[in-house]
Parts: sequence; C-alpha cells; structure tokens
Amino acid sequence: MPKDSGIGASSKRREDVRFLTGNGNYTDDININGQTYAHFIRSDVAHGTINSINTAAAEAMDGVIKVFTAADFAAAGGIPCGWQITDRDGNAMQEPKHPILAEGKVRHVGDPIAVVVAETLEAARDAAEAVEIDIDELPAVIDMKAALDDGATKVHDDLTSNLCFDWGFVEENREAVDAAFAEAAHVTSLDLVNNRLVANPMEPRVAIGDYNRSDDEYTLYTTSQNPHVIRLLMGAFVLSIPEHKLRVVAPDVGGGFGSKIYHYAEEAFCTFAAKVLNRPVKWTSTRAEAFVSDAHGRDHVTKIELALDADNKFTAIRTETYANMGAYLSTFAPAIPTWLHGTLMAGNYTTPLIYVNVKAVFTNTVPVDAYRGAGRPEATFQLERVIDKAARELGVDPAELRRQNFIKPDQFPYATPVAVEYDTGDYDATLDKVLELGDYNGFAARAAESAANGKLRGIGLANYIEACGIAPSNLVGQLGARAGLYESAKVRVNATGSISVFTGSHSHGQGHETTFAQVVADMIGLPEDQIDIVHGDTSKVPMGMGTYGSRSLAVGGSAMVRATEKIINKAKKIAAHLMEAAEDDIELKDGQFSVAGTDKSVAWGDVTLAAYVPHNYPLEDIEPGLEETAFYDPANFTYPSGSYLCEVEVDPDTGTVDVVAFTAADDFGNVINPMIVEGQVQGGLAQGIGQALRESAVYDDNGQLLSGSFMDYAMPRADDLPNLVVDHSSCTPCTHNPLGVKGCGEAGAIGSPPAVVNAVLDALNRAGHKVDHIDMPVSPARVWAAMNS
Amino acid sequence: MHNFDFVSPSTVEEAAAALQGDEAQALGGGQTLIPTMKQRLAAPTTLVSLTGIAGMSGVSSDGGALTIGGATTHATVADQAGAYPALAALAGGIGDPAVRNRGTIGGSLANNDPSACYPSAVLGSGATVVTNTREIAADDFFDGMFTTALDEGEIITAVRFPVPQAASYQKFLQPASRFALTGVFVAQYADGVRVAVTGASEGGVFRWSEAEAALSADFSAGALDGLSVSADGMIGDLHGTPEYRAHLIKVLTKRAVSAAA
Amino acid sequence: MATITMTVNGSEVSAEAEGRTLLSQYLREGLGMTGTHVGCDTSQCGACVVHVNGQAVKSCTMFAAEAAGAEVTTVEGMANADGSLGVIQQAFQDHHGLQCGFCTPGMVMSAAALLKDNPKPTEAEIRDYLEGNICRCTGYQNIVRAIMAASGQEVPGAIAAE
Repeated sequence: MPKDSGIGASSKRREDVRFLTGNGNYTDDININGQTYAHFIRSDVAHGTINSINTAAAEAMDGVIKVFTAADFAAAGGIPCGWQITDRDGNAMQEPKHPILAEGKVRHVGDPIAVVVAETLEAARDAAEAVEIDIDELPAVIDMKAALDDGATKVHDDLTSNLCFDWGFVEENREAVDAAFAEAAHVTSLDLVNNRLVANPMEPRVAIGDYNRSDDEYTLYTTSQNPHVIRLLMGAFVLSIPEHKLRVVAPDVGGGFGSKIYHYAEEAFCTFAAKVLNRPVKWTSTRAEAFVSDAHGRDHVTKIELALDADNKFTAIRTETYANMGAYLSTFAPAIPTWLHGTLMAGNYTTPLIYVNVKAVFTNTVPVDAYRGAGRPEATFQLERVIDKAARELGVDPAELRRQNFIKPDQFPYATPVAVEYDTGDYDATLDKVLELGDYNGFAARAAESAANGKLRGIGLANYIEACGIAPSNLVGQLGARAGLYESAKVRVNATGSISVFTGSHSHGQGHETTFAQVVADMIGLPEDQIDIVHGDTSKVPMGMGTYGSRSLAVGGSAMVRATEKIINKAKKIAAHLMEAAEDDIELKDGQFSVAGTDKSVAWGDVTLAAYVPHNYPLEDIEPGLEETAFYDPANFTYPSGSYLCEVEVDPDTGTVDVVAFTAADDFGNVINPMIVEGQVQGGLAQGIGQALRESAVYDDNGQLLSGSFMDYAMPRADDLPNLVVDHSSCTPCTHNPLGVKGCGEAGAIGSPPAVVNAVLDALNRAGHKVDHIDMPVSPARVWAAMNS
Repeated sequence: MHNFDFVSPSTVEEAAAALQGDEAQALGGGQTLIPTMKQRLAAPTTLVSLTGIAGMSGVSSDGGALTIGGATTHATVADQAGAYPALAALAGGIGDPAVRNRGTIGGSLANNDPSACYPSAVLGSGATVVTNTREIAADDFFDGMFTTALDEGEIITAVRFPVPQAASYQKFLQPASRFALTGVFVAQYADGVRVAVTGASEGGVFRWSEAEAALSADFSAGALDGLSVSADGMIGDLHGTPEYRAHLIKVLTKRAVSAAA
Repeated sequence: MATITMTVNGSEVSAEAEGRTLLSQYLREGLGMTGTHVGCDTSQCGACVVHVNGQAVKSCTMFAAEAAGAEVTTVEGMANADGSLGVIQQAFQDHHGLQCGFCTPGMVMSAAALLKDNPKPTEAEIRDYLEGNICRCTGYQNIVRAIMAASGQEVPGAIAAE
C-alpha cells in the first residue's frame, strides 16, 4: 500500500507550481537596477600568442563603459583546481595557471581574451567587433597520444610537457597483476574511446556581480550547483574577498549534470567588475558560448585487458587510460579519471587483482571535468564491454559469465582490490529482476519477428556499481581533495511549529524542496506543507558543499536528519517539562508528544510555542528557542548498483540503431519519493543512451569544435527514446547513513552506455558480422562501416 | 545581431522596391536567417518581411499543377497540398512544428541549404519557380550550395509543381539538426521519372540521372540494383562519410520507389 | 526604437523595441515576463515556444516587429482564471513531467498546440510533435505521460504522484 505522505510517498513536487506558471526565478530572470552587460570576446583559434589587444575604438563607442583585459586582473589569482593528484613517482601533478582572461596566450577555442561591458548587451556585442586583437596562431595540440610525443607543442610553456600526471592504482599491485595475466587461461583485450560529451543543461550559465559600497559587500548570482564552494574558491583564491563580505546566490538553476559545479572565469569577472564599475554586471551565456566555455565531460582513450582462469573466473584487470584535461585544470578535473574511476574498476565482481594506469593530458581543448557519473561511466563502460567481448570469445552466456563472477550477498561488506569497501548489495537480485522484466528468455521470438521485418535485433546487458556521496573528508583529503565533503543542515522551528530547513545541498531539478520536506515531515509527524526547504544562498545556509555525485540525500539528507533529531530531543525535554513527566517516557507520533502508558499528550505547536514563549520552561536545563544545526561527514561512500538490459533493432541497409526496449533494475537502498527516483533514472538513461548513440564533442585537427551547436551536437529528442522500464524494488539499505539511502542521480547515465553498445554488437554478431567493437557514438554511419569492413 | 530597419510591405512591388536598397534582404519565416543573423554571419541593414503580402501565401490546384505562394509556411503546405501527397508529407517533415509554422517555401528555396528538403521536391518535380520578374525552371534554379539563379532583390512569389503520377520523399535525418543527412525525392511523370538528391553532395541538390533512366524504363526498386553512386563530391562530416552518403542515396531511392509504387 | 503593441495573454501591452529585438527579448526584457526561456541560438531547443495567433512558434526566431498586433499566449497565460494550474500544467505536475523546469514553458506551450489540433494523440504522435523541444532532465517519458493524461487518456505504467 503506497504511502500518501512522508518517506516512501510519491508526493507531488511543490517546486513545479512556480516552474509551470512561469514564476521560476532563474538567474537570467534577475535584473538589478543600474545593471550593465558583459560580452566576452573569446579566442577563435585553439592555440596562439596574443601580440596586442587594442580596445580604444571599442571604448569610444556609444554605450560602452569599459573593455577589460588580463591587465585588469594583474592582482587576481588564477581559477583554482580543487584536487591534487600525486603521480606514480610520488610527485604532485603539473598545475598550470588558469587566468580569468588569457595572459599572453590563448589555449582553446573559447578561451576568453577580453570583456566589453556596456549599457546594453547589443552595445557590448557591437563594440566587441571593434576590439582589435592580434594573435599569432600556434600549432594546436588535440590528439592526446600525440600530445605526449617528444617535441610536441606544449599547451603551457612553463610545464615540462603536456602530461599533467601519470597515475598508477594500485601501484603496489602492478607486478602481481602482470603475473596473473601471464598465468591466465584466457585474456580478452579491448581498445575503446569514451566519447567527449557536453553536459548541456537547458539553462545556459549566467553570472551577475553586484557590489555595495556602503558595506563593502559583494553578491554573486550564479547558475551553480554549489554556491558555498564558489564563495570559497573565488573569495579565497581568485579575488581575495573574505567570505563574510561575499554572498553567493544560486537561485532556480536549470539543470547542471556536473557542468555547474565548477568555478568559472565569468563568475570572478562579474564580481570583480561590479566593484570596478560600481554597478551590477550581468553575463548570460549563449548556447554557442556554452559549447566552448562549459567544462566538457568524459574523453578517455583506454586499453583494458581482462584475465580469466579456466573456469571463467576473472583473475585480473589491467587498464591504460589517456584522460583529456583540456587546456586548464577545471575544479575537480584531476579527480575524475583517478579516484572516481580507478576505485570503481572492480565493478560488481570479485576480480582479485586490478591495476589502473591513467595519463592525464593537456590539450588545446575546453577543460574537461565531471559530467553525470564522472569517472564511473568510464569505468563501467570498459568493464562491461570487455566482459561482453570475453563472453563472445568464450562462447558463454554474458549474463551467466557476469553472475558467476558477482560478489555474492554473503560477502558484504566487501573490500575490493581498488581501495573501497562496499557496504551492501545484492547483484543477483537486480540481475534476476532485469532479466525477468526484460523477458531475456523470450528474446529469440522477438529477434525472429525483427528478422521478418528485415531488422537485426540484439540484446545487451550491463551491470554497474556506483560510488556516491564521496567521503569521508579525512580520506578524500589524503587522496588530494582540497575541500571537505560533508554537508550541513540547519533546522529552524518557528514559534507556531512550522519549520524552515536550510540545506547545503542544492536542487537544480532534483526536487529537494519536496523530498527533504517529506523526510522531516515523517520524522516529526507533520504535514509536508509545514516544512520549507531553503537552499542556494550563502547568506542563509550554513557552509555546505552542494549537489553532485548523487550525494544530496545520502549526505545532505543525513545532515538534515541529524539536525532534526537534535530538534526532537530538545522538544522532548520541553514536552517532558510541560507534562511533568520523565524525558525518557516521552514519545513523538503524528505531531503529538505523549507520555508512555498514560493519556497525557501535548501538541507539537504547544511545545514549539513554549520554546519561544518560555514562561513555563526548564530554563535551568536548556536554552529557549528551537533551532539546530548539524554537519554530517559520512563514514563511507554509498554503493548503488543495478542491472540494465537493452534491446535494439539495427537497420542493415543504413546502420540505424533503434532502442526498442530498455529495462533498468536498480538498488538505491531506501527510497524517499519513488516518483522522483523514477524520473532521475529515466533522465540518466536518456543521457546514457544519448552518449551511446548520438552525442559527441568532436574537434578537428586545428582545434575547432565541429559539434559546437545543437545543429551538430545531437541531443536526444522525444522520438529517439523508447518507453523506459524502471524498477527499484531491489533494496539493500546503506548501512552507514541514517536514512539507508544510496543515491540515484547518476545511475542511468552510468549503466546504460555499455548496455546499448553490447546490444548493437550482439545484433551484428548474431547476423554473422564479426565485429568486436564500435566506438561511441554508435552512429548509423559507424555501424554501416563496421558491417561493410 | 546587428541592428536593421524592419519593413513590412503589403505588395510585391513595394517589397521589390525596398529590396533595391544597399544591404537589404528579404525575410520569409526567418527560421534560417534569424539564427544566421544572431551569429552575425548576415548583417542586412534593411529586412523586408514578405509574410504580410497579400496573395503570396496559400496553395491552389489547377489542371494538374499545384501552385504554392512563396510565403506559404511549411505547415500550410503540409495541411493543404493534399493534391500532391508526397510534397505535403515532405513539408510536414521539415524542422519541427513551431519551425513549420514560420518557415516558408520561398525562404527555403532562396537559401538553398544543401541539406534542406524543399530543393529536392522542386528539382525532383521539375517545378517552376515564379518570381516577381520571371519564371525559372527548377533545372536552372539551383546553382550549388546556398546559391541560386535569383538576382539581388528578386522575390520568389510562387512555385508551380506539376503533380506526378506517383512520388515519395525519403529523408534520412542528421541526428542533431534534423535536416536531411541525405534525402531523395522520386517522382514519376508520364514522360519519365525524376530523382533529386539533397543533403549528400557538396554541389547541393542534384538529379541522379542513371537512376532516372533506369526507373523511367522500369519503375521498381529492383531496377536500381545494378546502379551505384560515386562518393566523389559527396559531403563528409562528423555525421557521415562521403561513402556513407553515396550508399544512402541508393537505399533511399529504392525506398522512395517502393513507397511511391 | 519603435513602440510595438500586441496582445499578450489577453492584455494589450506595449514596449520599445529595435528592429533586431526578438519576440523572446520583447517578452522577457521589454515586458518583464520571464516565464519564456531561451536555451539556444539555433532554433532547436524550444524552451522559447509561445503561441502567436494560436500557432506555436519559437519566440527566439521571430522578431517582435513581426508579432505587432498579434495575439500572443505564453506560459504565464496557461493557468486557470482562478490562478490554479491549467489542465496541461496540472498533468505535468501529477506525472512529474519536469525536473529543472527550464524547458517546461516551451513543453507546455507545445503540448497545448498539439492538443488543440489533435485532442487524443497517440504516444508516437506526442513524441513526434515534441521534436522541436529538447529536455535534458526527464528523458521525455513523463512529459509524454503528462500529455497523455492532459488529453484525458489512460497513462500506461505511470507512477502518478499522490
């Protein structure tokens, strides 16, 4: 029987009302009196030396206030990187300066060179054409392997090479892994590319800087997933503004998918220029700008090898990956191909020995950082592709080969050879569920039907394990994180009993305003509408780390639970006083405090009123008021897992791939709002299917982005996708957070690409085409070429 | 974009006069021109809207020919060109519903995007492009990518399509833009078959004459079995190689014949 | 600059505009009606869809001057007279047809245009009609369900909100 409110209920999203009526408050909807408009002049070459910038003609134009160049930022710091990787030799990664505006050199198409600030946006754009910039173009470094050749052009002259770091994990396992390969009964090897993607949230980035002379305070309105992180990075490292003088507001944000985690130059620019000009400065990205200034995702080139013994048990995995960093290090860039990728290479399996090598490379391309899944899709894709290839080589059922190597339910907690300990999971359960829901055993009949229609049908399976809620802080600090990864919550109970929750998590589509309220409502027994969720404003919310990595409920929700527990404990003391009973005898149910074994009770509102009107109150024991804050630092990651099954039809004449069925069986632990969880999975699947079949950020040899608009970057549309069957009935609750939740935001994007590609290859091989692999996106042209090679 | 004067004439004559100015440009539905102006790749100083001119919109049928006003939207053609079903279907597949409510046949033809749908219908039907000064046969109208026989300031007032015995347009979508990666229009007339190909060639829309000859003799998909298209001169980009496009031309032509027959 | 007058959501409005002022700019900047969103520059994403004289158009690909004198409807005009959510809006909430909400105004306006012409569309017809509206969050499934529900049809396999 589904619940109608609280934890487990599919409560309607309260935020929808404002979004559906045009009353959302997105950053571009904000206009401040006296506002000016910034237009960024960006490099149209991938690599070059700036000889001169002449702004005089532009500055003389009507409506132009000032043209800024790097010279204006001589006192500012560079955009910092938030994670340091130590290489195989124990050395720190190479970390180039990332200036707000290009200093002497441009390093990717889109690198900002100058900014025109004017009374109107059109005046700024008109004047931009009058800024004379003389650049000597240099050879562009685009291909990662070529970038590491001796004598290759360097992206950064002050670094020793284009190698950011060469990372080995676990370095101590290297020889043992090699030995295992030497002894293997069978080795399957696969070269593959994890295609470069653009997150493309539908809302382009926006920044508005504002400065108040009277109190020397700055406000930045920005499209961010983590306003406190922006405040810390920009305030402490770039502009030297103390945090108490800097407010960062991220209001309604139209999607992020990782690309709005990072601190960007435009944010620092608008904040800085607002003080220089003593006027608000607004910048709104166009979509064309977004393609060359938002951090991209993925872009790995990998060789993976899987060793098996004579019984088809996995004995070792060895990988070598080239990971593109782009031209500068974005905020979390070095962590993605390392700790968020290497630690997941065990997948759902008992492989005892694993060695991962990652070479991170600078190129003349847009910086690359986390995009939905962030490292985990790259790990999952390699693993689930090489297992599928092994099954074909060995002539065994791919589902059974996986099952045979699963970590079994009685093996948890399970320590992998790549430094993480899975707390719970039941991989057989999700595999059984997906095979049942997707009617794996009935495939032959469907394939025959497709064949009768002239189509090749294939079925593909993939399992995934995810690590969410990256933590704990003391561990990630050892791994190179330059930040903590806790979350905060402040619960303020008002005198009349309504509640405001201030969370450091940030909702940009996830529905926190609804789900977080469900949790608190459930704990106290109040109607959900008595609880308001406040987020996205550093002047209201305690220091928080924001939303990414499927961490909000597992970490931010846990902080909120802890704060609410403190509230309840204090309220019980007040209730005990009011009812003249022992505190231990007080029970809270449905918003009523009662004394166990008696008919005495007092309502929630009476207790909260007493807290603020403490006439009859245990002032000797506790303070008045009812407001509590908690910071929650998790003991471990959470480990959602699942099994995905994809069926495709391939048109043998054109190579077109149609996803005709997709089934997802996930284990997210406990679920607060099933409707929202289902929506998160559907959205993730769409992005994963998009990566597999359509999306790709492609550079030419000169570093021009060929897929620089929606005219060439293929976003999935409604008619590209099938009905997605989503199930989350498998449930092994997380053991170390109070809600038993694991996180669901990235799963779909992690598990689906290999399922799709495996299905396409299954279709081709069943039809007699001996094709081992097709790189993503598996476009019609690539499928046709593979069939005809 | 650069600023301009917007004028909205009510007659073709007024529009033609307005277009005589320096850097004046005609505006149909603007579905291509406006994005181009946003990129500052086009910067007219005067924009002359053609959509308010009486008599330039609408579909009429007359003695085996279908005449479509130059400012007729794709949506109107999809809705009202029932006398030429393949043409109506083509119009109903351009862009998306909101684009079809604005984009016009005249605008599409004057732009002659190498991946646009309409040029293949016009060439494949042997249609006549009617302008404010003359009539231009389809075979003389298209002159390579983004180039036509139109003079500066010349306005497409209508397009006259002879209605074929059978026809079909087969479009293979470029996955991002939804333009034709390759599109083939096949039309069978009493005096022969015409096959026009869009999206594939670096020279823009073209007729596949070998296929026309084969299909004129035998209007069946099988008649194409021995033919192939050379990849020379075909477009190669991130969505498909020249070889792939050449291959698609044959596949789509066969499908068009099967659908039409 | 010229003053352009049109009827938006039933009220006659006027604002200054240049020749190059797009309808989307006129609504957002000229009238302060920020419900209509702009998500791209190439007329692909559809976040800006409004109705002009009853037809769905992309307001970022139409000049304000072209809409002079027209009847324009935006997402702000889709609620019931008493301010409650209209049928389509309510169906989007009931079926979780939105997440970040940015594409939503265009989706609602496209859905309204579809249902006007085709009151009982099939799932395939809905997906086809939404070709010009990109959503990055939902995978479209719940948008399709919402439009099915708004048209009074049964919604297969949905978890509807309570």
